[in-house]
Amino acid sequence: MRVLSLAGRRLAASIPTLFLILIGVFLLLQLAPGDTVDALMAQMGGGDAATAKQLREFYGLDLSVWAQLGNYLWRLVRLDLGFSAIYGKPVATVIAERLPATILLMTASLSFAFFFGLILGVVAARGVNKWPDTLISTLGLMFYAMPTFWFGLMAIVVFSIYLQWLPAGGFEDITVSYTGLRRTLDIALHLVLPTLTLGLFYMAIYLRIMRGSMLEVLNLDFVRTARSKGMDETRVVVRHVLRNALLPMVTLIGLQAGTMLGGSVVVESVFSLPGLGRLAYESVIQRDLNTLLGIVFVSALLVIAVNFIVDLLYARLDPRITTGS
Amino acid sequence: MSPILVLDDVSVKLPAGGDRAHAMANVSLALAANEILCVVGESGSGKSMTANAIMRLLPGGVTIDGGRILFEGRDLCGLSEAEMRKVRGAGIAMIFQEPMTALNPLRSIGDQIGEMFELHSELSAAEIKARTLALLEEVRIPDPALAFKAYPHELSGGQRQRAMIAMALALDPKVLIADEPTTALDVTTQAQILKLIRDLQRRKGTAVLFITHDFGVVAEIADRVAVMSKGEVVEAGETEAVLGNPQHAYTRQLIAAVPPLKAPPARTLSDEPIMTIAHVSKTYRTGGFLGRGQRVTHAVKDVSLVLPKGATLGIVGESGSGKSTLARCLVRLIDPESGEIRLNGIDLASLSREEMRSATRHIQMVFQDPFASLNPRRKAGEAVAQGLIVHGMARPQALARAKELFGLVGLDPAATERYPHEFSGGQRQRIGLARALALEPAVLVADEPVSALDVSVQAQVLKLLAELRQRLGLSIVFITHDLRVAAQVCDLVAVMKSGEVVEAGPIGTVFSEPQHPYTQALLASIPGRDFGEGRELAHEPVA
Amino acid sequence: MDLVKLYFRSPPAVIGLVLLILVLVMAASADFLYPRDPLALAGRPLIWPFSNPRFLLGTDNSGRDIAAQIFHGARISLLIGGVATAISIMIGITIGALAGYYGAYVDTALMRVTEAFQTLPNFLLLLVLVAVFGSTITTVTVAIGIVSWPASARLTRAEFLSLRNREFVQAGRTLGLRDIRLIFGEILPNALPPVIVYASVVMAIAILLESALAFLKLSDPNVASWGNLIGAGRDVLRVQWYVSAIPGIAILVTVLAVSLVGQGLNDALNPRLKSR
Repeated sequence: MRVLSLAGRRLAASIPTLFLILIGVFLLLQLAPGDTVDALMAQMGGGDAATAKQLREFYGLDLSVWAQLGNYLWRLVRLDLGFSAIYGKPVATVIAERLPATILLMTASLSFAFFFGLILGVVAARGVNKWPDTLISTLGLMFYAMPTFWFGLMAIVVFSIYLQWLPAGGFEDITVSYTGLRRTLDIALHLVLPTLTLGLFYMAIYLRIMRGSMLEVLNLDFVRTARSKGMDETRVVVRHVLRNALLPMVTLIGLQAGTMLGGSVVVESVFSLPGLGRLAYESVIQRDLNTLLGIVFVSALLVIAVNFIVDLLYARLDPRITTGS
Repeated sequence: MSPILVLDDVSVKLPAGGDRAHAMANVSLALAANEILCVVGESGSGKSMTANAIMRLLPGGVTIDGGRILFEGRDLCGLSEAEMRKVRGAGIAMIFQEPMTALNPLRSIGDQIGEMFELHSELSAAEIKARTLALLEEVRIPDPALAFKAYPHELSGGQRQRAMIAMALALDPKVLIADEPTTALDVTTQAQILKLIRDLQRRKGTAVLFITHDFGVVAEIADRVAVMSKGEVVEAGETEAVLGNPQHAYTRQLIAAVPPLKAPPARTLSDEPIMTIAHVSKTYRTGGFLGRGQRVTHAVKDVSLVLPKGATLGIVGESGSGKSTLARCLVRLIDPESGEIRLNGIDLASLSREEMRSATRHIQMVFQDPFASLNPRRKAGEAVAQGLIVHGMARPQALARAKELFGLVGLDPAATERYPHEFSGGQRQRIGLARALALEPAVLVADEPVSALDVSVQAQVLKLLAELRQRLGLSIVFITHDLRVAAQVCDLVAVMKSGEVVEAGPIGTVFSEPQHPYTQALLASIPGRDFGEGRELAHEPVA
Repeated sequence: MDLVKLYFRSPPAVIGLVLLILVLVMAASADFLYPRDPLALAGRPLIWPFSNPRFLLGTDNSGRDIAAQIFHGARISLLIGGVATAISIMIGITIGALAGYYGAYVDTALMRVTEAFQTLPNFLLLLVLVAVFGSTITTVTVAIGIVSWPASARLTRAEFLSLRNREFVQAGRTLGLRDIRLIFGEILPNALPPVIVYASVVMAIAILLESALAFLKLSDPNVASWGNLIGAGRDVLRVQWYVSAIPGIAILVTVLAVSLVGQGLNDALNPRLKSR
C-alpha cells in the first residue's frame, strides 16, 4: 500500500510538469510561421482573405494568445484535444488510431533491450577483461554508435531484399486480411526489424550500465560477507549482486522513456509503421499544429505512465524506498 | 592447549608498483580454542590483510606467496576453492567493521542469517527459521521476531552488529575473526558489543581473532595480543605483559601515544569570557506533506556555555548528540534558530550573511577529515593564503605569510607549492590548522580534528595544538567523541546528549565525579578504562 | 603528464583518438581535396564505388560525388556536434550548478523544468523547434543543444550536491568566501571532470540527432550532411544500397571515435575504476 501511495505522490507531482510542457510547447508553436488555417488553405488550393478570417474565428485563432492558451488548457481538462483540419477528424481519434503500433513497438523494444542488456551485462562483468567481455563491450559500442535509421535500412537490405526473410515495412500485410492468431503472427513478423532497430541502441546502453553496476556492487562489503559465509560465486551473483545491480538500470529506463519514444519517430518512418512517431513527423511537414500539440500531450502522458511503472518496480526491488529512513 | 589456527611464516604479496612489496611478511601466529587474540596495529600495518588471508578472500592481484595457514591441522593454502567454501562460515566465520555495508540492504535480516544454514546444512525452512530466531535471541536483539523480518536500514548500528554476530556464530564455528567490529560504533554500544562477544566466546569456547587499532579495546578484551607494523608481527604475548611491559620499541611508542583518561592537573583559567553561548537551538524538520506528518529533530536544544579567554572547552558526546551541529552554528555554517553567540561582545547569531563574512576572521574552524577538508585542485599554500586574500591582503604577501604559517605548524615552508594529495593525513591536518590560524582568530573551533588519524599521528597533532594555544593565546572549542583525547586537551567539558548539554564543568571534576547518569554511563563504557592511568601522554613521534 | 600516460595505456582509447584525428583530417582537407561544391552535379548518377577512379566512392542518385560529400559532411557533423555540445553543456552546468548549490526552492523550480524537458521526448521537441524556427544549420545546431542539456544538468547538480557540503567548501565559507567564488573557484573545478567526460556522450548523441533530422529531410538541405545522403540513398536502396551504406559508416566511425575518447578520458581520470 505504501508503495502505491508513494508512486501516487510521484504521479501527482508530474501534473505541474505536464502543464509546464503544454504551456511551453503551445507558446512555442505560436511563433511558428503560419497556423492551421494557412495549412488548410494551402491544402484547399488557396482561398480569399474572408474565408481565412471566417475559419480563424471558427477555430478561435482570432483571440489573444493567452485566451487561446486558456481555451486549449480548458479543453484538455475535458480531454478534448481539438480537431485536426488536415485529417478532418478529432485529434484524439487520429492519435488513438496510431497509438497501438507505437505502444507495441515501445514495449517490444524495451523488453528486448532490458532482457539482453541485463544478460550481456552480467556475462561481461563476470568475465571482466576476458574475451567475452571484450566481445560484448565492442558489440555494445558498435550498436551505440550506429544511427538507428541506418541500421534499419541496412537490415532491410539484408533481411528483406537480399534474404527475403522478413517484410521491409508496414504494420501488417494489407494485401491479405488475416484474422486471429495468423494476424498476430503477421504483425509480430512485421515488428521484428523495427524492434531490433530501436532496441539494439538501448540494449547497448543498458548492457554498459549493467556491466558497470555489477562491477561496482561486486566490490561492496556485503558481497565479501556473502563470500565469507562460504557461498559460491554463482550464488553470490544471483542472490546478492543482481538485485542491487539492477537498481541503476531500472532508474535509467524511467529517465530514457522519453528518448526512446523520440527514437520511434525515425524508426517508424524507416519501416512505414503507422505509429505516433510517424504521425508527429507528418504533422510537422503538414503544419498540423493541433495534432502536433496533441502528440506532445499524449507522449508526455506515456512517459509519465512508464515512470509510474518504474517507480512501482523500484519500490518492489528496494525496501529502503517504502520503509525509508 | 594445542592451537586450532596457526599462521606459520605467512607472506602476502602486493601487486607490483605499490609502496611496498608485501602486505604481510613472515607472519606467525597461533590461536587456541577459548581464547581471544588481539591483532593490533595502525593503518597499513597489515592486520586486516591477515584476516583476509586466513579466509582466502584477498583482493585481486594480492596473493599468499609463502608459509602455511593451518586450521585444525589442515593447510588452508592447499585447499581447493570448493573445500575452502566449506571452511568459510562453518569452520571460520567473520564479522566486519561496518555492519551497515556488510549486510545486503535489499534482503531481510532473517533471510541473511538463514542463508548460513541453507549453505552448510540440510535443515528445513521451518527449522532454519526457528534456529535463526533462537540466534537473534542469543545475541540479545530487543525484538527477535521483528528483527527477523527487518531490513538492515531499519535497525540501529548496534543491532546490525548483533545480527552480524548471530550470523557468524550460526554454525558454532571453531574460529571467529572480528575485523574492527566496534570501530564504527558509539562508545556505549561498543561496550555492549564487546561484552556480548566476550560472553558468547566464553560460553561456546570459540577461538576469536580480534583485529583492532585501539589499545583500550585490547586491554578490555584480549587474552593475548600481537602487535603488527608494516606487515610484520613485532611483538606478541600475554596482554598484561605486553601492555604493562612492552619490549619492542614500536610497541612502547604506540602505547605511550594512547592518551590516559585521567586529566592532568587543572590550569588556572581567566575570569574573562571570550565567547558566551546562550540558549542556542536548532531544529530540523524532515518529511511530511504540507506541514502534516513532519518529524522534528532537536539537533541542538537550548545550549548555554561560556568559553573563558585562553581556555579549551571540550564538547563531547556520541554520534547524533548535536555536538557537530553546535560547532557549525558557532561559525554560522548553520544558522541557529534562536539564542546568542557573543564573541568579544558581538552577537554572531544576529549578523547578516554579509556582516558574518567579515566577522569570520575572529572565529575559525578546523575540520575532521584531512582528505575532504582541502580542495584537491588547489595548492596547499594557496589554501592557506585564501582567507587572507579574501580579507584584503595582496596575493604575494598572503603567499609569503602562508610560508610562515607552514613553519608555524611544523611543515616545510617549501611545501606550499604542493597539492594536498602529496601530503600524509597528519600533514594535511596541519595545513588545515595553518589555514584556520592565518586569519589570527580569537577562537578556534576544532571539530574532531584528530579522529581520523592514527594514534601516533594524533599525539603529534595534539601536541602541536597545545603549543599553539600557549604561544598564540588561542581559545578553543574542541569537539570530540573520544573522552581520552578530551581528558588531555580540555580545561572545561560539556557532555551532550540528544541536542542538550547534560553536564558541564572543569574536566577533572566531571571525569572523576560524574553527576549525570549519562556521563557516568559514557565513562563506564570506555574500553580499558584504567589502561594508561598514571602516566603522561607522550608526544614523541613514532619512528 | 600522468593523465596523458594513463590515457595512452588503454588500446581502445588510442584507437578512438586515431579515428577522431582521421575524421578531423577529413574535415580539414575537404576544401583542398574536393574544392568544388559537394552538392553540385559531378558526373553520371549511380556509379558504383571503386569502378571509376574519378569517383572513388561512386556517385549518388543525382550524380553527386559521394566521397566529396563524405569529406565535407565530416565538417558539418563535427561542427554541429561540437557547437551543440558546447551549448548543451553550458546550459546544463549553469542550471545544475545553481540547483545543486542553492538547493531548496531554486532547486525545486529548476528541477521541474529539467523534468519537463526529460518527459517530453527529445526528438519530438527537436521536430517542434525545427518546425517553428526553420531548418538552417544554425537553428538545427541550437535546437539540438537545447534538447540535450537535461542529463548534464542532472549530473552537475548531483556533483554539486555532494561537493557543497564537503569540508573544503565549508572551510571556504568559514574563511568568508562569497557564493560566486565558492561555486566557480572551489566546487566547479572538482565537479567538472565527469561533466567533461559526459560531453562526449552529448556530442555522440548530437551527431546522431542531426543525422536523423537530415535523414528525415528536416535539416539544412543546403549543406552536405551524411544524414541527407543516407536519406537520398533510401530511394535506391534495393540495388544501389551503397549510397546509404557509406555515409552510415562515416557516422558510425565518428560517433565511435568520440565515445572511445570519452571513455578513455573517464578511465584516465578515475584510474581506480578502470575495469568499468
